[in-house]
Amino acid sequence: MADAVRLEDVRKSFGANVVLRGIDLAVAEHDVVCLIGASGSGKSTLLRCVNLLERVDAGRIYLGGEEITRRGVDVNAVRRRIGIVFQAFNLFPHMSVLRNVTLAPRRTLGLPRAEAESRALELLERFGLADKRDEYPDRLSGGQQQRVAIVRALAMRPELMLLDEVTSALDPELVAEVLEVIRELAAGGMTMLIATHEMGFARDIATRVCFLDEGVILEQGPPERIFTAPREPRTRRFLQRIVEAGRL
Amino acid sequence: MASEGDRRADLEVAGRRSRLLGELRTGAGRNVAIAVASTTVVVVALGLAITHAPGWPEVRKTFFDGHVFTTSFPAIAHAFLLNVRIFLIAEAVILVVALALAVLRSLPGPVFFPLRALAALYADLARGVPTILVIALLGFGAPALGISWVPSSVVFWATVGLVLVYSGYVAEVYRAGIESVHPSQEAAARSLGLSRWQALRFVVLPQAIRRVVPPLLNDFIGLQKDTALVGTLGAIEAFNQSSIDTNATFNYTPYLAAAVLFVAITIPQARFTDWLVARGRRRREAGRLA
Repeated sequence: MADAVRLEDVRKSFGANVVLRGIDLAVAEHDVVCLIGASGSGKSTLLRCVNLLERVDAGRIYLGGEEITRRGVDVNAVRRRIGIVFQAFNLFPHMSVLRNVTLAPRRTLGLPRAEAESRALELLERFGLADKRDEYPDRLSGGQQQRVAIVRALAMRPELMLLDEVTSALDPELVAEVLEVIRELAAGGMTMLIATHEMGFARDIATRVCFLDEGVILEQGPPERIFTAPREPRTRRFLQRIVEAGRL
Repeated sequence: MASEGDRRADLEVAGRRSRLLGELRTGAGRNVAIAVASTTVVVVALGLAITHAPGWPEVRKTFFDGHVFTTSFPAIAHAFLLNVRIFLIAEAVILVVALALAVLRSLPGPVFFPLRALAALYADLARGVPTILVIALLGFGAPALGISWVPSSVVFWATVGLVLVYSGYVAEVYRAGIESVHPSQEAAARSLGLSRWQALRFVVLPQAIRRVVPPLLNDFIGLQKDTALVGTLGAIEAFNQSSIDTNATFNYTPYLAAAVLFVAITIPQARFTDWLVARGRRRREAGRLA
């Protein structure tokens, strides 16, 4: 099967701080790849590089076979094909839910308002948010806001979704409703690259799990193997800490 | 999906609102009574101190002459229309010029350094030179050039001077607003494929402008008062008209009439600005709790 996205020896530093030290990763279409690892291991930076929110220092990234790290690439056109959801939701507070979701399809895809709205309402309906269409983000719970953020990304009909710790800012009782949405996306065949601390969820949903450590993918494989028989001592130690914290 | 969570969030918001209103209602009556009493004491004390001053009879005659007030008022009010015209036109132009300056100054990257530096230099100059000097230099200097297609009206050039000066201030206000919008907002917009300009126009500026309306109105109040400076070039606006009346009657009451006109338009705006600030604070607090 064709790769939806492929990274070759991707490197990224912020000043003296080397965050990615050569990442090689391929995500096939309809795959769900979960990135796990301690805070600061480079998960978020990796996702931001794929979305071109950060420029890579070296290495190449291919989206559907086309190199997107080459000079002169139309970054806006690339980003329209990739949805990203952030830890802090980042909804636009001055817009209603419906306008949050329709802004990009109308302005970047040039959809007429009516069409953008019907596409948005269909998605809001599907994720139980139709009654919130005219609410403003500050009137929604964290879980609702994050679901709207996911819908906002989906409204662009992306070929790839990047999820950056999307449940980390949520109260524990609101995590489930967001994970449910992601499960549904996976079941629908969405290709996803997910940075997460939710190990149980990663184990359930991932076709492959990658353990990031100090800017490299130290170990990757099917979730069952990574979680039950990790080969690398560092992976073992990381998972041990997670188990001790009661999160697996 | 998750309708339980939704319902709970709605209930929490409703409950919080009723608590807030309750707090406001209890104790409001007593606070009003105390405020009225203390204000009365201060006003009466001030009034007694002024009216018992040794020079009061003379001051009352030269500054508070009812007859001079009523006879000079119509002409001053008519001249005041020129002030109103000047500040309305200036405000409309300033809103656009200052926004352009602020956007220039917010451009990222080394390529735009010259533009940023120019915009910064402009802001420094506009805010550093006394307004009356800018108006005098332009009002006397520009028409003296004698270029046929350049307007020679002093009112035109004085208005240009006010626009130049106040655009410096208002640009800084806009810039503060732009910088107060968290970078993650722009990142979210760009990640959806919006261009830098679209992100600015649809996401950053609407939030920035909303936040700066109160300080912007404060600057406009300052501008409205400074339209009196146009009179120094000889244009017959409210201040100049009251000077003429004062010189003709040897009585300062016409100045008071002009002051009343300025206060009549600036105080409602000051109250409105305060109301906006208070509303903004209430909304932010409601948002934070939600």
